[in-house]
Amino acid sequence: MLWSVRWRIWKVKIRLVVNGRKYVGENDPMRRLLDLLREDLGLTGVKEGCGEGECGACVVFLDGRIVNSCLVSTGSADGSEIVTIEGFRETERYRVLEESFVESGAVQCGFCTPGFILAAEALLREKSSPEEEDIREAISGNLCRCTGYSSIVEGIWLASKKGKGLW
Amino acid sequence: MKGNNQPECIDNSSECIDEKREMKSPLRTDNAAKHIGTPAGRVDAVDKISGHATYIADLKVEGMLHCKTLRSIKSRARITSIAIPELPEGYWIVDHRDVPGVNRVKMIVDDQPFFAEEEVHYIGEPILLVVGPDREEIDLILSTIQVEYEDLDPVFTIDGADALGAEYVYVKYTIKKGKPEKAFTEAVEVFQGEYKSGYQEHIYMEPQGMMGLYENGRVTVYGSMQCPYYVKNALVQGLGWNENRVRVVQTTTGGAFGGKEDYPSIIAGHVAFAALKTGRPVRLLFDRNEDVLCTTKRHPSVIRIRSALNSRKRITGMEVDIRLEGGAYEGLSSVVLQRAMFASTGVYRIDNVKVSGKVLRTNSVPTGAFRGFGGPQAIFAVEMHMHSLAEHLREDPVDFKKKHLLKTGGSTVTGGKLRERVLMPEIIDRVLDMSGYRKKVQAFHSKSDSKHRGIGISLFYHGCAFTGSGEKDKIKAKVKLRKLKDGCVEILVSNVEFGQGTMTSLRKIVARTLDIPLSSIVYENPDTDRVPDSGPTVASRTVMIVGGLLERAARELKARWHTSNELEILTRYEQPDYIEWDQETFSGDAYPVYSWGANVVEVEIDPITFAVEVRGVWGVYDVGRAIDERILRGQIEGGVMQGFGYATVEVMNSREGALLQSSLTDYAIPTSLDFPRMEIELMENPFVYGPYGAKCAGELPFVGAAPALAAAVQCALGIPVRSIPVIPESLLEGMESKEHAGTHAGSR
Repeated sequence: MLWSVRWRIWKVKIRLVVNGRKYVGENDPMRRLLDLLREDLGLTGVKEGCGEGECGACVVFLDGRIVNSCLVSTGSADGSEIVTIEGFRETERYRVLEESFVESGAVQCGFCTPGFILAAEALLREKSSPEEEDIREAISGNLCRCTGYSSIVEGIWLASKKGKGLW
Repeated sequence: MKGNNQPECIDNSSECIDEKREMKSPLRTDNAAKHIGTPAGRVDAVDKISGHATYIADLKVEGMLHCKTLRSIKSRARITSIAIPELPEGYWIVDHRDVPGVNRVKMIVDDQPFFAEEEVHYIGEPILLVVGPDREEIDLILSTIQVEYEDLDPVFTIDGADALGAEYVYVKYTIKKGKPEKAFTEAVEVFQGEYKSGYQEHIYMEPQGMMGLYENGRVTVYGSMQCPYYVKNALVQGLGWNENRVRVVQTTTGGAFGGKEDYPSIIAGHVAFAALKTGRPVRLLFDRNEDVLCTTKRHPSVIRIRSALNSRKRITGMEVDIRLEGGAYEGLSSVVLQRAMFASTGVYRIDNVKVSGKVLRTNSVPTGAFRGFGGPQAIFAVEMHMHSLAEHLREDPVDFKKKHLLKTGGSTVTGGKLRERVLMPEIIDRVLDMSGYRKKVQAFHSKSDSKHRGIGISLFYHGCAFTGSGEKDKIKAKVKLRKLKDGCVEILVSNVEFGQGTMTSLRKIVARTLDIPLSSIVYENPDTDRVPDSGPTVASRTVMIVGGLLERAARELKARWHTSNELEILTRYEQPDYIEWDQETFSGDAYPVYSWGANVVEVEIDPITFAVEVRGVWGVYDVGRAIDERILRGQIEGGVMQGFGYATVEVMNSREGALLQSSLTDYAIPTSLDFPRMEIELMENPFVYGPYGAKCAGELPFVGAAPALAAAVQCALGIPVRSIPVIPESLLEGMESKEHAGTHAGSR
């Protein structure tokens, strides 16, 4: 047991760029990226819904790829660039998505919503004029228990129309 | 304008939980948005989309401690000893000896302890908390605590408990109307069936969590919840304190569906006792696994229905026997059973009927409130019964059901009178038209190809608000409106926003009545120090009952608007004169009014894997009048999706009291790929006592989903569907036995 305690407190220096700002800190390399973002950096727009990569509430961009931050260790994230909802919300693309989500009624309890916004951004980067099937596929890694998804699909579709030229 | 969903300062000495931010809602200039029906941008949307909204896990408080629960690993046992290692400095154990008042959680029946004493009754029952600053250290301490148990005889199933007699029955009721015995004696034929449903877990996306503080002789609890006053009353009893010393504040709540009606009272107690013992703020957060294992579930059910038929093949009498699994503690189960019984004959006129029901005690996780509250089990059973009976009589299910419909002025199973216009015939015609039901039924029955395609319909209703005289005798709701100096008006109620749109809908009712912009209405998350008890946020009562009281208060405020710069109006619930109810005999108006609906579902079933694909979904609803059509659409689409999950993928079983599914990996809920967009229409039918004609809407859409899907599967495969969830394995078995029966019959 003592061994495990010692092992757990073994720490290494982790360097990240989070929402454009440099972060350097001593970290247990096995610590979840999710916990570092929420606890050390106060980025609480990143939510924990399941802790096992099923619900997508904790998604962030890691070097431009969308990942579940509950499944990423800080050790493996070392040296990468992270964008969370807190960074993305400063962009024009976010503003269009926000407006479209309000308009389509895509928000109820809201716990899953930042994750859906980032999933939408990941899709629109790849395909700026998606069909309904593309949208449903792109958000299938994010769970929502309130809306039944159709209003979220509509919100993303609306954003793709309103934001022509942005993506 | 004040921030919308940030709690005020936690106390005077510490910092605010979050910086005060201007609300950026697009509503600020939208004066038209207050119109009833017209969609308004939700007031809470922008904070939630941007990640600013502060849920309980997002609070940061100086000096806060964490805690985790040691739980029973036995389904029924006596605790013989608990060995706790020497604790490092700054760590505490909190157990039943730290409950200063009564170690029973206040609910309808106060049978559940905050912490187990001598005995445990289910796997996951809380025994003690480990409290301290470091979560890993807490885990380590938990892993070294040794609990010795002496096993006792557990019981795990409805049938098992029923066989053991009265000791295992929490409640037992009977309703009788007309002369059911005579109907069965004179029957030309009796048709019967048994219908079963399983557990369902809420999976609100935000797991449960609470934080407790002890300061200046008072306890304050913050957390994710539906019913701030239920939590407060539970704390008052658990602490044994005067109610002035207890304060409860709701934080932004990430979904609830009934799962945050009863359970939050338990963990609110835990953090309060821990804060009292340590003198520090203490927060308890569940991860998903702990949440699924320990919180309440929907009641599994076994329902038997017998129908007596006359020579004209009409139902003359019915007997319904309902058994629900209550789990290890009774909690709210008696009222869940009542609602199931009052819904048990569905939207049909049955003159002679006997309904008996009981809730059984088992050594499993307690079951509790979940959207529909007993209604879904009963409506599934009666809809499948009517469908199968029609097929048995070789009649079209729709035509057969239409012959038995309740009508305006008709009498419900409890002998209540349907005073509202019953639009069921119009609703049915419309949903048949929208879905092309008749043509599709013919096409699917004539079967030109090898595909298994089917279409099914469900007819349903939901009694609005509290059962019986609950509003008058138990809840006694009070609401307040306060006119502020700047001309803004504050809504002071104990009802919460948990995603269903309360903050927007109630604001619209008040803004419309006062004829002021929506942005002039202030409505913060309830704080029991500031708001009166307007009852719990349950039973689809918030818009109809609380909204109705707010409309009255707003009218009074409007009449006195110019008399003063600052005014406060208090309005109390008054039961409409027409309601007659006897809680002893269950006779009279079980609900003040009903909302109604019909669903059609079309499916295609893979002939090899028996996976069910839903191809189309249609719904027509009478909820009186929509306060906000977009919010209502969200309730309908979300409710139907949750109902489809209940009917298909949401499988939860237990073995010897241990749940076999405990995470989102093995307990699946619907994703964006599983079900198609649905077509929805509303039929306006304003209710005189509802605000702007509104009735109830939150639970109704859930109730109709499962039976329509099950009926479609039955149509597609030609085998009876008597239990949900419908899983490919059971369909395959059903098909095999059908083929076997076919060969067998052919060989005779």
